[in-house]
Amino acid sequence: MSAELVTELQAKERGASRAATRRIRIVLALGPLTALIGLAWALIQPYRLTLLHPHGLGFWWLFSEPPLYVVLVGVLFRLLIAPGLVKDLEE
Amino acid sequence: MTPQAEMVHWWFATGFLMLGLLLLAEVVVGSDVWNRRPWRRYLWPGLVFLLGILMWPVMTFYTNSTIHMLAHGSWAQALMLAGAAELGLARGKLHSQYWRLCTAVGLAVSGGAFLIHEQQHWLFSRAAFLHHTLGWLLIASSIFPLLQAFRPRSLTAATGFATTFLVVAILLYCDRDTAAIFGHLSQYAGPPHR
Repeated sequence: MSAELVTELQAKERGASRAATRRIRIVLALGPLTALIGLAWALIQPYRLTLLHPHGLGFWWLFSEPPLYVVLVGVLFRLLIAPGLVKDLEE
Repeated sequence: MTPQAEMVHWWFATGFLMLGLLLLAEVVVGSDVWNRRPWRRYLWPGLVFLLGILMWPVMTFYTNSTIHMLAHGSWAQALMLAGAAELGLARGKLHSQYWRLCTAVGLAVSGGAFLIHEQQHWLFSRAAFLHHTLGWLLIASSIFPLLQAFRPRSLTAATGFATTFLVVAILLYCDRDTAAIFGHLSQYAGPPHR
């Protein structure tokens, strides 16, 4: 195999590896970013979290915590979906 | 006692947020990696189908007019059809890429349902504004699965499709039963609340 061909193949491998690393970073960031957005929402509009002022509120109002739902989706994605994707990308 | 309509919107927003994240992740890693594990193939089509099933209780418990019942009912059927077609494709029982047209129809019908069951004008209240926005957004976004039916590997179509659900989730989270929109709230909408 000529040295030129080897260099070209190595460059291609490096490029593919860089792309995979970038994809892994994005996949790993999606969940935490979502959770962070939910957290920011909770801080900006604390009255959306009815658990902070539960007096006189019925079950549905206490069950409905939209900022926490966003955090939950982020956490679930990070724990259940992202690890498998990262493993498959590394392979 | 049934929960308030705005709460139902937030629950569906959570489903659409997860759907958007799954689709976005598929765009990032590519279909080959995404389909490497069989269970992952069924994730988002299954979620669409589930959202369709969950529209039936919405139709049952939130029917305050015939038009509401028709809108929610057709919406449930369209979501289930889209989910079922995608599940069939994922399982390999359906082969033609044109089955993706069911998803385009699902989005268009969903958009139509939003517009049809909103009887008020855009600035009547925040809920009315969001229903109009969501309706037109979904109708316009049906172009993405339409594109995917003819160009299955289109990155633009896949990204647009994923982004659609993230935007839908944001808009649904913004919903309130009675709240102002850009300072406008009709006197007929009732007393506002945060």
